[in-house]
Amino acid sequence: MSENTAVDEIIICQDVCKWFGEFQALKDVSLRVKAQEVVVIIGPSGSGKSTFIRCINRLEEHQAGTIVVDGIPLTRDVRHIEQIRSETGMVFQQFNLFPHLTVMENITLAPIHVRKLKKTEAQEIAMSLLNRVGIPEQADKYPGQLSGGQQQRVAIARSLAMQPKIMLFDEPTSALDPEMIKEVLDVMQELAETGMTMLVVTHEMGFAREVADRVVFMDSGEVVEVGTPEHFFTNAQQERTKTFLSQIL
Amino acid sequence: MQDIHARQIRPPFYRDERVLSLLSQIVVLGIVLGLGLFFISNMIDGLSEKHSVAISFDFLRQTAGFDIGESLIDYSRQDTYARAFVVGLLNTFQVAALGIVFATALGVLIGVMRLSPNFLVNRIAAIYIDVFRNIPLLVLLIFWAQAVFLKLPQVREALILPGPIFLSNRGVAVPWGVPTDSWSAYLAVLGAGIALGAGVALVLRERGKRTGRMPFIPLWFLGTVAAVGLVGWLILPQPLTLDRPFLDGFNTKGGQVLSQQFLALLSGLVIYTAAFIAEVVRAGIQAVSKGQREAATAMGLTPTQTLRLIIFPQALRVIIPPLTSQYLNLTKNSSLAIAIGYPDLFAVAGNTILNQTGRAIEVFALIMGTYLSLSLITSLLMNMYNQRIRLVER
Repeated sequence: MSENTAVDEIIICQDVCKWFGEFQALKDVSLRVKAQEVVVIIGPSGSGKSTFIRCINRLEEHQAGTIVVDGIPLTRDVRHIEQIRSETGMVFQQFNLFPHLTVMENITLAPIHVRKLKKTEAQEIAMSLLNRVGIPEQADKYPGQLSGGQQQRVAIARSLAMQPKIMLFDEPTSALDPEMIKEVLDVMQELAETGMTMLVVTHEMGFAREVADRVVFMDSGEVVEVGTPEHFFTNAQQERTKTFLSQIL
Repeated sequence: MQDIHARQIRPPFYRDERVLSLLSQIVVLGIVLGLGLFFISNMIDGLSEKHSVAISFDFLRQTAGFDIGESLIDYSRQDTYARAFVVGLLNTFQVAALGIVFATALGVLIGVMRLSPNFLVNRIAAIYIDVFRNIPLLVLLIFWAQAVFLKLPQVREALILPGPIFLSNRGVAVPWGVPTDSWSAYLAVLGAGIALGAGVALVLRERGKRTGRMPFIPLWFLGTVAAVGLVGWLILPQPLTLDRPFLDGFNTKGGQVLSQQFLALLSGLVIYTAAFIAEVVRAGIQAVSKGQREAATAMGLTPTQTLRLIIFPQALRVIIPPLTSQYLNLTKNSSLAIAIGYPDLFAVAGNTILNQTGRAIEVFALIMGTYLSLSLITSLLMNMYNQRIRLVER
């Protein structure tokens, strides 16, 4: 991944607010992510972690505050939204592979229809990505024929096929059987080592400790504490953070 | 050890699961066959002994001796019952085929509107569905016949739309093409156009497979045929002349008249069935999980691409089986034509032919057999299509 030197901070969120009806899901959330940084977001369920990263590629619309992705302000301007979406990949908890398309077709769909690549080019890219996530032999199968871990690795390959600058992970291992979690985390770790900017919502504390540059703790729609993994797991300052960590560790 | 095995293998026969299930099937089969044989032999005895009439379809070759209001083929009262039956069948076929096409188009439109985030569009679709799904079809048909088409003005005061199209209580007269000498030559040109269009479609399909971006092939096919048709039209000396209807005393002359019965039946069937199809379409689209749309959106696909490439192909799998039922319902419901005087299969055969010949069993065997065949052919086609698009699982 080539680093964009013009914009050092690739994601800038300032005072982002989001309401679902009366309920305020995000309260003045601010976070700046540098290029090639891996940021892990943790927090209890309902704390707004997923909502927050879904705002970054506009799967949810934020109602107040500023989001700037790679120098592009995220507003109602559909062209900006399109640009930002083409630069960010997203991996979902439920994989969301397209069940009526083969693994190969899942991965080549967006490159062909959005990037307008030739089919052969797109297939070459897809094959190299499948090699990278370790399942080249599954190319012609349908998602329903794969295990959960394999499906999630296909989903990661599918996002990477658009050659995004940023990858958003929304609890990528939460729907997996325990023995399959590692194969997905390994792929994510390898991706982090290549210098991908990653924003990861997860409950995998091992991953946070080993791979993250920074850890963000959210609770009740607010960012409570931000710090390096060492700081977090040995020296958390906030009472809420300590309570949460004591419950899960 | 051996003792245990022996006791597991041989329970008494009246407790053996396999014997019991086989036995129950034999009993049921016996009852069904016995009843069937009893009824059939009873019917044959009754017919031959008491009335000395055996089952026979010979009457079909006799002269019908009655007129039929409208027909797609040449028919007069000198023709046979068999031909009268075919006239009815073709009329049923015509209204069912057109009904299916229009009901599908209207139903898909209303179904998609029903899901629109636009409040007004959404409400209009909801009201349409709630109103027309909850009125009995027979009431709706008679409403169209009595309150709409029969309430149109007399022919002499017919509403005239540009074309000209005459709307009157006798039906709607529209301009219609009449073949001239060069018509057969033009048909040959059209045939060549269809062949060329098919060629273009094949080439594009292959290219689409290679590039992964499938063009909208039906459009290219129709475009090619239309282009060839246009060229042929310009070269040949007027293959069709346009026959415009005009007022002549107490009637319209010329053009093609769509009878008020036909229009009432078609409108009623289309409007009624479209309400059900709309719900089928809505359910199908909603059955595709929200995550599918989100994944497509996150990848940068436009809403139209998402609908075409992701949502619709998956919704179709849910839509096809209930949609087939709606097609079958529409076809069978067309037999209500008898209530508004449209000469469909049932009105011609089940009413006129039956009354004249008294051959209830033969006539109803023919009618039921025909509806059954029509329905089975429809389901067969739809099932083949459904098979082709089904999801691959494990």
